[in-house]
Amino acid sequence: MRRIFFAAGAAIALAVGPAAAQNPVKIGFISTFSGPTAVIGNDMRNSFELALDHIGRKMGGRPVQVIYEDDQQKPEVGKQKTEKLVQSDKVDFVVGYIWSNVLLASLKPVLDSQTFLISANAGPSQIAGALCSPFFFSTSWQNDQTPQAIGRYMNTKGVKTVYLLGPNYAAGKDMLAGVASTYKGKVIGQDLTKWPDQLDFSAELTKVRNAKPEALFVFYPGAAGVQFLNQYHQAGLKGTVPLYTAFTIDSLSLPRQKDLALGIPGAQHWVNDLPNDANKKYVADFRAKHKAYPSFYGAQSYDAVGLINSAVVAVNGDLSKKDAMRAEMRKANYASVRGPYKYGNNHFPIQNFYLQDVVKDAEGNLTLKTIATIVENSQDEHASKCPMRW
Amino acid sequence: MPRTRVRPLAGPSTGSGGASSNPQRYGSTKRCLGLLGHPDARVTTVGGTMLLFVEQCLNGLQFGLLLFLLAAGLTLVFGIMDLVNLAHGSLYMVGAYFAATFTALTGSFIGGVLLALVATCLVGMAVEVIAMRRLYGRDHLDHVLGTFGLILFFNEAVRLIWGPAGMNLTLPSWLNTSIEILPGVPYSSYRFSIIVVALAVALFLYMLVMRTRIGMLIRAGASNREMVSALGVNIKLLYTLVFGLGAALAGLAGLMQAAILTAQIGMGENILILAFVVIIIGGIGSIRGAFVASILVGLIDTVGRAFLPDIFKLVLSQAAASTAGPAVSSMLIYLLMTIVLVVRPEGLFPVSNK
Repeated sequence: MRRIFFAAGAAIALAVGPAAAQNPVKIGFISTFSGPTAVIGNDMRNSFELALDHIGRKMGGRPVQVIYEDDQQKPEVGKQKTEKLVQSDKVDFVVGYIWSNVLLASLKPVLDSQTFLISANAGPSQIAGALCSPFFFSTSWQNDQTPQAIGRYMNTKGVKTVYLLGPNYAAGKDMLAGVASTYKGKVIGQDLTKWPDQLDFSAELTKVRNAKPEALFVFYPGAAGVQFLNQYHQAGLKGTVPLYTAFTIDSLSLPRQKDLALGIPGAQHWVNDLPNDANKKYVADFRAKHKAYPSFYGAQSYDAVGLINSAVVAVNGDLSKKDAMRAEMRKANYASVRGPYKYGNNHFPIQNFYLQDVVKDAEGNLTLKTIATIVENSQDEHASKCPMRW
Repeated sequence: MPRTRVRPLAGPSTGSGGASSNPQRYGSTKRCLGLLGHPDARVTTVGGTMLLFVEQCLNGLQFGLLLFLLAAGLTLVFGIMDLVNLAHGSLYMVGAYFAATFTALTGSFIGGVLLALVATCLVGMAVEVIAMRRLYGRDHLDHVLGTFGLILFFNEAVRLIWGPAGMNLTLPSWLNTSIEILPGVPYSSYRFSIIVVALAVALFLYMLVMRTRIGMLIRAGASNREMVSALGVNIKLLYTLVFGLGAALAGLAGLMQAAILTAQIGMGENILILAFVVIIIGGIGSIRGAFVASILVGLIDTVGRAFLPDIFKLVLSQAAASTAGPAVSSMLIYLLMTIVLVVRPEGLFPVSNK
C-alpha cells in the first residue's frame, strides 16, 4: 500500500516561491502501518506530520513531500520498499525504521545511493560499529544504551541476580548484551524467544520462577509488551521477581497494560514530561491534536524532522551539497525534544538516560514520569569499532 | 515423589528448588539434568529439575489442548466436507474479539464467554451458508483462494469494527491467581482451567461423535457422503451444523487464548499453521488423531523451547546456544510432521473409506 502525502503548503509554495525552490524536498518514511504493531507506525507518522506543521511544512524555502511506506515488520518487505523509495521515487532522505532487522536489511540500497538515512528508532550494534556510514544518522539511540542504563539502575538497587528475556532478533540480542555489559551482579539465565510470532511465554516464565532470580529484565516492544506483562502477572511473579524493562512500557502499550504496569521501572532517553521548551510544545500540541500522549517512537520521528530541516536550511535547499549537510547534522543543531545532545563519531547520540515510572495524571490517565537521571552523556560501546572519524 | 539431591558445583551452597536435601554424589546423567534447570551451574537439585520438567509439561499440555480445540473444528470440516478452510483462524480471532466485547458489556466473564461462543457459532453458520456452500465439490485450490479471501475480509472487518490496536480480555480475580498443583509447583489457575475446559470439550466431542445420532451422521458423512444423502439425510443442514460447531470450537480456543495473548488482528494466522500440522499428523478427519497429535505438538514445542537452549549450552557458547535454541526448537514439530508423513502418510489415526 502506498500513501503519498503532499505537504499542505505545497501548492501555495509553488505559486509564490522562486523557480529554483519549487522542487519539493522528498522524504521517504518507512515504518509498520499494518498488523499488530501498526499503532507504532501511526504514532511515528503523527509526530512526523506534527513536526512538519511546526516548521510550516517547508525546509530551506522548499516544500516537503513525504512518501510513507509500510514494511509490515518484515525485513524483506522493508528492503523492497526502501529500494523503491531510493530508486524510483528518488527521495532525498529515508527516515523511520522501528525494527533493527528491517533496518539492517534495508541499509545497503540507501547508503550505496549516497542518500541520507535517518533512523528514528532502530539502533542495531552493527551500524554503530563496523557498518557505520557517513550517510547514516540516528535520532534515537543505539540498542545497547537503554538496557545499559537499566543495568546501572539495577546496580544501585543492589540486585544480585537477574534473568534476561527478549525476542530472538537483532535488537533482542543487543538489548540483553547491553544489560549484561553494565550490570555488576550475576546473570543466572537468559532466553531469547521466537520473534515476532511467539507470544506465549509460559515456558520461559516457568524457567524464570525456578531459577529464582532477584530480578527479571525484559525487552518486549509493541503489543508483545502487553502480552508479556499480562502473563507475568498471571504467573504470579509480580510479588516474587521484580521486573525491569526497556521499551516494554510506553505510552502506546500503557492504555492496554493499565494498572499492570504500575511500579515497573524502565529507562528511556526521552519521557513526555522532560522540561525543555521544544518538548513542552511537542507534547501539548500532540495531545491537543490526537487526544493521547506521544510515545518515544513519536518523539524520535519528531526529532528526525528537526535534524533534516537543520541540514536543508544550512545549504539553503541545495541538496547536492551533501558534505555540508553532513557537517551540519553532526552538530545536532536543532531543538531536540530530549534537550541538547551531541553525536558520537558513529552518528549515534551521546545523551542522558532517565528512569521512568508509571503514574496517573490529573485526569486519571496512566502516563510516564521522569523519576531520575540514571546516566548523563552516555555513549554506546560500539563507537570505537566504527572507523569513521571527524 | 522425585528424588531430591543437592548438587553443589560452584558458588555458595544455598539450596534452591522446591525440594532440596542433603548433598550427595551424582553421576553424569544427573549432571546433565542439573544443568537443564540451571544453565550456569550455580546450585541445583535433581528434584527441582523434575518439578520444573513437570511444570513445563503442563505448559505444553495446555498449549496442546488449546491447539486441539482449533484442530478439532478444522479436521471435522476438512474430513467431513472435504473443505480446506483457511478462514478457521479468522473465526478464532472473531471469538476472541467477541469475548472481549461481551465480557466488557455484561461485566461477567462467564456470561461474556457464553455469548461469544453463541455469536461465533452464528458467524460460522452464516459464513457456511453465504460463502462455503459455493465451494463444495470444487477443487482444493478454489477452497484455498476463497477462504484466503475470507481471511482478508475478516481482518479488515475487525479493523473497522474494533480498531487496529487490539483488545484485552480481562480475567476475573478467581482465575487470575496461581494454584499449587503439586507441592512446590505453582501453576496459573487460568492455564489450568484451559486444560480442564479443553479436556471436557474433548470428552463432549467424543460422546457427540460416538454416542449420538448426529455423531453417527457425521461419521457416516465422513465415510460416504453420497450414500448418506441418498438415505434422505439433510446433508446441507448437517454441514451447516458441523461448520457452526467447528466455528464455536475455534472461537473457544481464541477467547481462551485472548486472556493470555490479548485479541489482535491476524492472531489466528500463525496458530492455524500449527493446527494444520496437527491434523496432518493426526490423520485428516480424525478427532482422536487431532487430540493425540495436538498434545504431541504442544509438548514438543514447549518442552523443546524450554530445554533445548540449555542442552545446547553443554556444547555451544552461551550466545550461540541462546540463538540456536529457539530456532531449532521451532523446527521440531515440523520434523515430527515429516517423520509421520514418511512413516504413516495418512497420519497416526487415518480415517478409512475416504
